[in-house]
Amino acid sequence: MRMKHSVAAVAALALLGSAGAALAQKTSIEAIEEYREMLQDGNPADLFEMKGEELWTKARGPKNASLDKCDLGKGPGVVKGAFVELPRYFADTGKVQDLESRLVTCMSTLQGIQPDEVIKASWGKGERANTTALATWVASQSKGMAFNLPQSHTQERTMYEVGKRLFFKRGGAHDFACASCHGEDGKRIRLQDLPRLTGNPGDGIGFAAWPAYRVSSGQMWTMQHRLNDCYRQQRFPEPDFISDATIALGVYMGVNAKGAKSAVPTIKR
Amino acid sequence: MGDPMRIRAQAKDDKATVRVLMSHEMESGQRKDASGNIVPAWHIQDVKASLNGKEVFSCEWGPAVSKNPFLQFVVKGAKAGDKLSVTWTDNKGDTRTDEATVS
Repeated sequence: MRMKHSVAAVAALALLGSAGAALAQKTSIEAIEEYREMLQDGNPADLFEMKGEELWTKARGPKNASLDKCDLGKGPGVVKGAFVELPRYFADTGKVQDLESRLVTCMSTLQGIQPDEVIKASWGKGERANTTALATWVASQSKGMAFNLPQSHTQERTMYEVGKRLFFKRGGAHDFACASCHGEDGKRIRLQDLPRLTGNPGDGIGFAAWPAYRVSSGQMWTMQHRLNDCYRQQRFPEPDFISDATIALGVYMGVNAKGAKSAVPTIKR
Repeated sequence: MGDPMRIRAQAKDDKATVRVLMSHEMESGQRKDASGNIVPAWHIQDVKASLNGKEVFSCEWGPAVSKNPFLQFVVKGAKAGDKLSVTWTDNKGDTRTDEATVS
């Protein structure tokens, strides 16, 4: 190849990191943080943001309408600040909904796109890819804002309690719960730090870090994708897209993260 | 016509740092899918950057460049207001051109 690529620089950093592993753990983590800093510039999440913005304004579906009248909780068409107040109760559907389920509602009512086209699709394909891009853009419009989920409606409070029960419920082949990995401070799996999600883990961490671009798989992961994969890793059956269980967990984590600033969209290993 | 690129160009003194994020699958042609078949090569082969219509940078890329490539380079003699254009062409003949103004 004719041009200088950052591959050489990254390889050098990786060598530094592995050499440091034999010494203090801090050296490895510092090297990883440096690598992540380098990746931040030119986060491919930007490409999904651009796509999501385009999808929001584009007339699509059988009704040939855009999404710019979609109510994400702060009024029709209000996008800024919506992400940090989700999941929340919606009177028109009579349910507590997260960002992705609300996008599916809007795509259905405003554009005529059937929910099953999203629910039954695979990650990264068809209408599921579109909701991922939309979720990335909507979330990016609240970047830097603090999470402030409402708990004024009884259903919102109920969903918090459901989420809490689900968080601590052990099961599956390994008898894991979310709490097995995310119930204590200072834990990690190999080189992946595990935030404690029973409280506020800090700005841009945990609930405040998704949707994120996963470099290792070249995919944009939303919170639904992250939860699906958590269950998969625990050797549970994967939850249905936008199922009540996943929304309840979102309420639990989101309320716990009150005050944490969203860093979305972020970049991950 | 591929998906849009994100181009940022920032001038400082007589140089501009250009950062380009390209949207492309960049299949190396060496991967196999679940059935064991080779996933065909599909990647950017040529990248050309022009400042005010004059070519200032070009690349020949192969299978080693990863998905959604990020390219950063410095152009001498660029100042705020100049037009920077980037074009990529892949091995299937698809191409994409995007422009940005140096800020």
